Amino acid sequence: MSDTSTPRARSAVWLTLPSLLLFTVVLLTPLSLTLLLSFNEYDAARGATGGFTFSHYAAIVSDGYYLEIFLRTLRIGLITTFLCVLIGVPEAYILSRMAAPWRSVFLMIVLTPLLVSVVVRTFGWSMLLGIEGPVNMLFQALGIGKTRMLYTEGAVITALVHVMLPFMVIPVWTALQKLDPQVEQAALSFGASRLTAIVRVVLPQIMPGILSGGLIVFGLAASSFAIPGLLGGRRLKMVATTVYDQYLHELNWPMGAAIAVILLIANLIVMLTCHRVVERQYRRRLG
Amino acid sequence: MPFLELDALSKHYGPVKAVDDVSLSVEQGEFISLLGPSGCGKTTTLQMIAGFVDATAGRIRLQGRDITHAPANTRGLGIVFQSYALFPHMTVADNVAFGLEMQKVDRAERARRVEQALALVHLDAHAGRYPRELSGGQRQRVALARAIVIRPPLLLLDEPLSNLDAKLREAMQFELRTIQQQVGTTTIMVTHDQAEAFSVSDRVVVMQSGRITQIDTPYEVYEHPASEFISRFVGKTNLLPPATANGPQRHIRPEKLTLKPAGQGRSDATVVDRFFLGSQWLYHLESPLGPMVVVQVNDGSPAHAPGTVVALDWDDATLRTLPEGSR
Repeated sequence: MSDTSTPRARSAVWLTLPSLLLFTVVLLTPLSLTLLLSFNEYDAARGATGGFTFSHYAAIVSDGYYLEIFLRTLRIGLITTFLCVLIGVPEAYILSRMAAPWRSVFLMIVLTPLLVSVVVRTFGWSMLLGIEGPVNMLFQALGIGKTRMLYTEGAVITALVHVMLPFMVIPVWTALQKLDPQVEQAALSFGASRLTAIVRVVLPQIMPGILSGGLIVFGLAASSFAIPGLLGGRRLKMVATTVYDQYLHELNWPMGAAIAVILLIANLIVMLTCHRVVERQYRRRLG
Repeated sequence: MPFLELDALSKHYGPVKAVDDVSLSVEQGEFISLLGPSGCGKTTTLQMIAGFVDATAGRIRLQGRDITHAPANTRGLGIVFQSYALFPHMTVADNVAFGLEMQKVDRAERARRVEQALALVHLDAHAGRYPRELSGGQRQRVALARAIVIRPPLLLLDEPLSNLDAKLREAMQFELRTIQQQVGTTTIMVTHDQAEAFSVSDRVVVMQSGRITQIDTPYEVYEHPASEFISRFVGKTNLLPPATANGPQRHIRPEKLTLKPAGQGRSDATVVDRFFLGSQWLYHLESPLGPMVVVQVNDGSPAHAPGTVVALDWDDATLRTLPEGSR
């Protein structure tokens, strides 16, 4: 299989070389620099001073302040993923059942959030949810009274779900496309109700799509920066905004690098665990 | 009262009449094949019986009950889909048990009937496998077991053997017939393969452009086709010139023609080509009557080489005339 002596295998090496090179230059190099930086000693007057220390990692692990930020990031990531599954899966299913002209129109509508810059969209949300914004005007008209929505977890999650939804819909939609429509008919023919057919026959088959969509959404939400930065403000820090602050406000680069490395490792652990579960559960059945 | 009755059933898609005025009565225990070329409406007819396609006009009555517009999941029919449509995430046993589970059959009874159904299709040893671990023929049998285990009043087979290779298809044809006779379920099969339709069914319904053109036993359809189209669809045929000036066109099947030494038959003919089919020889001949196709049993005697002159002979009783304007 991996015999590099055959001409075919050798040409494969040459053909993958450009992408390997690009991957090394733009991803692996900065990552390893960040990793090295995170072990540098830091002096408040002189910045990163080289040397080797675990002190930043020790500080992060022992300080409740950082723990709270990590837990908040985990919580926001999980809630966002859960809401995306809750909205995105039915959305993809309905899309896949639509008739020909409408299907592509609505698929485009689902994808539109990706066509507008995250920053612009987030400012949109901050205007909508602001204390004088339309949502609050509606609340007042309904007699609920003004509610502070900006700079809350709710605002961050709402905007995250809005942005992440396409990343949930697309893999589920792809999984649904691969489904044999006769399989659902078969379930109906054996007396299953529509709901039973979906729960017992359709859902298990698109589970790999839901899980991969969930992984993408969780990964992007947990490392998101612009949305918590603009809608969470100073008070509601997430890991990525903390990294930014460490680099640009505290000028403590090694600390920022250490937080970034921990976020990366935490994300990797979540992804690999999920991946392993999916492999074990579905390889034999669905191939 | 017939067991299943289609009464002037039609399905129109805009101006296209996919199924047009189809009427059919099926007796209990009968094995009926809907035979026709692709696009003739046979599958649409089956889907209307199954409840996946809503009829534009006409009635479907099963055991006297009008099910024309009943939802598919209330009809209780056993369906074998062309793609088999097995549940890929369930084991063979779970696939077969699904219908019983929906009928709320209790666990012990369910296990017993699943085992019985799997034994019937010789898959008892594979109960714990997943569909993708099975061969095409095995999947087909799972689909069949899954359909008959619920003891449906009516079994619908949609091109059940079309995804199998030739040898397996033949074996499954006989198995299908044997199983159907054992369980006695009234069965409707859709197929475009005349050999398949002939070998398993009690009656064949020939369809063409959305309409039924002949309903008969397989033997009658082959021997007395209602039109030249059917004659050519269900087998090979030779056209003979009319016996009298204004007489009807006459047809004869290739296997009803015999070859004799030159000068001893009704017409001499030259062998153009010959094909060896194992049990038979297929000859293409050129004769004053026109081009002829002849099938001869391979009885061990040497075959006629191309270029040889032979004589054609036949028994007049095997000649067929077709109804006027029956193309």
